[in-house]
Amino acid sequence: MGYVAVTGGKEAISASLEHLAYERVKDGKLIEVDALRSTMRGFIDQVMSESSLYSEQLAALAMKQSEGNIEEAVFLLRAHRSTLPRLYYSTVTNPREMFVQRRISASFKDIPGGQILGSSPDYLHRLLDFSLLEETQADILNKKFEFETTEVPEESSLPLEKLPKVMDYLRSEGLIHDFPLNNTEPDDVTKENLTFPSSRSERLQILTRGQTGAINALGYAGLRGYGSSHPNVGEVRVGYQPIHVGLDSDEGDEAYYIGSIKLTEVESFIPMNVNVDGKEVLEFDIGYGACFGQNETKAIAMSVLDHALENPENTPIHDDEFVLLHVDTVESTGFISHLKLPHYVTFQSKLEQVRKIKRGGGVNE
Amino acid sequence: MNKFPFAFLDEQSKKEIRRAILKGVAIPGYQVPFASREMPIGRGWGTGGLQVTLALVGKEDVLKVIDQGSDESVNAVNIKKLVQDTTGIETTIHTSEATLIQTRHRIPEVPLRSDQILVLQVPEPEPLRPVERSEFKTKQLHAEKEYSGAWLLLFEQIMRYNQTTQGADYPVLVHDRYVMNPSPIPRFDNPKINNSDALMLFGAGREKKIYAVPPYTKVASIAFDDYPFEIERFEGKSCKVTGLSNIFLDEMTDEVTGETYYLCNDTSFMKEFLEKRGTVYVR
Repeated sequence: MGYVAVTGGKEAISASLEHLAYERVKDGKLIEVDALRSTMRGFIDQVMSESSLYSEQLAALAMKQSEGNIEEAVFLLRAHRSTLPRLYYSTVTNPREMFVQRRISASFKDIPGGQILGSSPDYLHRLLDFSLLEETQADILNKKFEFETTEVPEESSLPLEKLPKVMDYLRSEGLIHDFPLNNTEPDDVTKENLTFPSSRSERLQILTRGQTGAINALGYAGLRGYGSSHPNVGEVRVGYQPIHVGLDSDEGDEAYYIGSIKLTEVESFIPMNVNVDGKEVLEFDIGYGACFGQNETKAIAMSVLDHALENPENTPIHDDEFVLLHVDTVESTGFISHLKLPHYVTFQSKLEQVRKIKRGGGVNE
Repeated sequence: MNKFPFAFLDEQSKKEIRRAILKGVAIPGYQVPFASREMPIGRGWGTGGLQVTLALVGKEDVLKVIDQGSDESVNAVNIKKLVQDTTGIETTIHTSEATLIQTRHRIPEVPLRSDQILVLQVPEPEPLRPVERSEFKTKQLHAEKEYSGAWLLLFEQIMRYNQTTQGADYPVLVHDRYVMNPSPIPRFDNPKINNSDALMLFGAGREKKIYAVPPYTKVASIAFDDYPFEIERFEGKSCKVTGLSNIFLDEMTDEVTGETYYLCNDTSFMKEFLEKRGTVYVR
C-alpha cells in the first residue's frame, strides 16, 4: 500500500528521521559550527544571500544540520525567519560609505582610488591542491602568520570607506541617463504579496534573495540571446556596509549603528537609445545588483535582470512574472519536491474518466 | 534554543493572515493575496493550509489533518506534529471531534458542522491559469467576470472526448460571481462545498493566496446544460471491508492474487464505521 498505510505511517516516518540523523554521525566525526563559520565562507555567503537572513553563525549551524545541503540550509533559515517579528527597518545605507575590500571596474583601466583586487578566486588556476589533504593546524597558523606579517607596500591614495563610484565619471560627462532621485518607501515582499506590474523595489528584493543558480541561468540567457541587455561591468565592489536603525525618541529621530554586513554591489553600464529633443542619441543606462556576502556572479546576473525587467520586452527575461515567480529557491524546490507526495485521489479521479472514454469510445470526430 | 512562538508564526504574521481570511470570507471565492511566510515544511506540501491553520488555532482547538483521505499519510502526520509541537493542542482522527480540519485533496465523508472549519491545501489557486499564464491578466479577467476561458476549456474537452476530462480540482462558480479552484479534491467532493454548514478556507502558500467559502454559500460546479457536471462513479464497486458504495474509493491490488479491490478512501470514516458495527479491520 505504499507509504499511506491505514496505520503505521507515524512509525515509518520516525524511523526515516532516525535514519537521516544517523547519516550525519555514522562516521563518528565531529565538526564544530564555529569551524564551519570560519572556513566555509563561500557556502555561508551563498546561503545568507538566498535565505535573506544575515547571520554567519546561523548559516553555519544550518550547514551543519543539513549536512552541507544548500537547498536545505536555505530552507531552514527561511523558516526560522518566519518566527521572527520585523521590529525595525534600517535607515537608507549608501554603498559610497562601504568599507571596500575589493573593487574592480571592467570599463575603465584607471579609476580614482585604483583597481583593488582584494580576495577573489578569479585569478586562481583551478587545480586541486592535494597538499590540503594533509594540512595540519600548525600549517594553518603558519600561513596565517605569514600573511598577517607581510609588509603592505603602499597605502591606498583614497580612504577605503569613501571611494568614489566609477559611475560618477560617466555622470560628470553627461553620458549616463539621468534619473530623478526616487525616495518612495520600498515595498516589502516579505510583508506584502508581490503584485504585477511589479515595483523596482519588489524586483530587487526578489532577485537578491533568488536562488544563485536560477539568477545566473536567467542572467546568462539574457546575455546570450533572450534579452537585449548586454552590460559592461562598471563596478563590482565587495566590502562591509554599515547598517543603522532609526528609532523615534523624544529627542527626535536618531539612527543607531547596529553593525556592518558583507555586501557585493554591482553597477553595470548598458548602452541605450535616448531621444533628446527629437534626436536619437546613445547614453548609458544602469543595471543594479546587490547581495549579502561575496556573491559576484549572482550580483552581476542580477544587474542584467534588473535592467531587463526595467525595460519590458517580449522575451521571458524581460517579463517580470516569468523571472520573479520562478527564481525563489524555497518555492521552486518545494513545488518540485511535492511531486513525491501521494496523489492517488487525484489520479483515481483521472483514471475513472480515462477508462470511461476508452470504454465509451465517444470521441467526437 | 528551539523556543518558537505559539503556533510557530510571529503575532504580526498571524494577524495579517487573519485579515486575509476575513477579506476572503467577505468576498466568497475571491483570491486574497497575502505575504505567505516560509514554513518549516516544503512549499507545495501544504504551507498555505498550514499558515491558515496556525493563524486560527487556539489552545482549545482540536485538530485533525488528512492527506488524500488518510490521517496517517506522511504529510498529514508531519503537519499534525508541527502544529502539536508548537501549540500543544489535542489532535484527533475523528472528524466529528475536530474543531479545525486541515486537508489535502479530500473533504471528509462525515458531514461537517457549523462549529467546524475546514482548511484546504491549494497547489494552484488560479482556475484561469491553463488559458492565461499572466497573473496580471487573470486578475483583470476575474475583476471583469470574464470567464470565457474557463468555459472554453470544458467545451474543448467535450468536443474532443464527448465529456469533460477535468479530473480533480474541477472549477466551481461561487455565489454566482467568482470562478474558483476547489483544490484537487475529487469531483465527488464538489457538491459538499455547496451550502456547507462549515466554513471552508483555502490556502495556497507558494502562490500566496487565501480564499474562502463561507457557510451556506451557493457553489456550483461549472457545466453546460446538455453536458451536466458528473462526479466519479464507481459503478458496481464497493468497499471490500465495509461493503459501502456511496463513498469515494481507493483502488487497490492484492499483492498475492493480483486481484483489484476497493477500500474506503476516508480511513477514519472506515474505522468508525467498523467500530460501530463491532468489527475491527486488521490488515
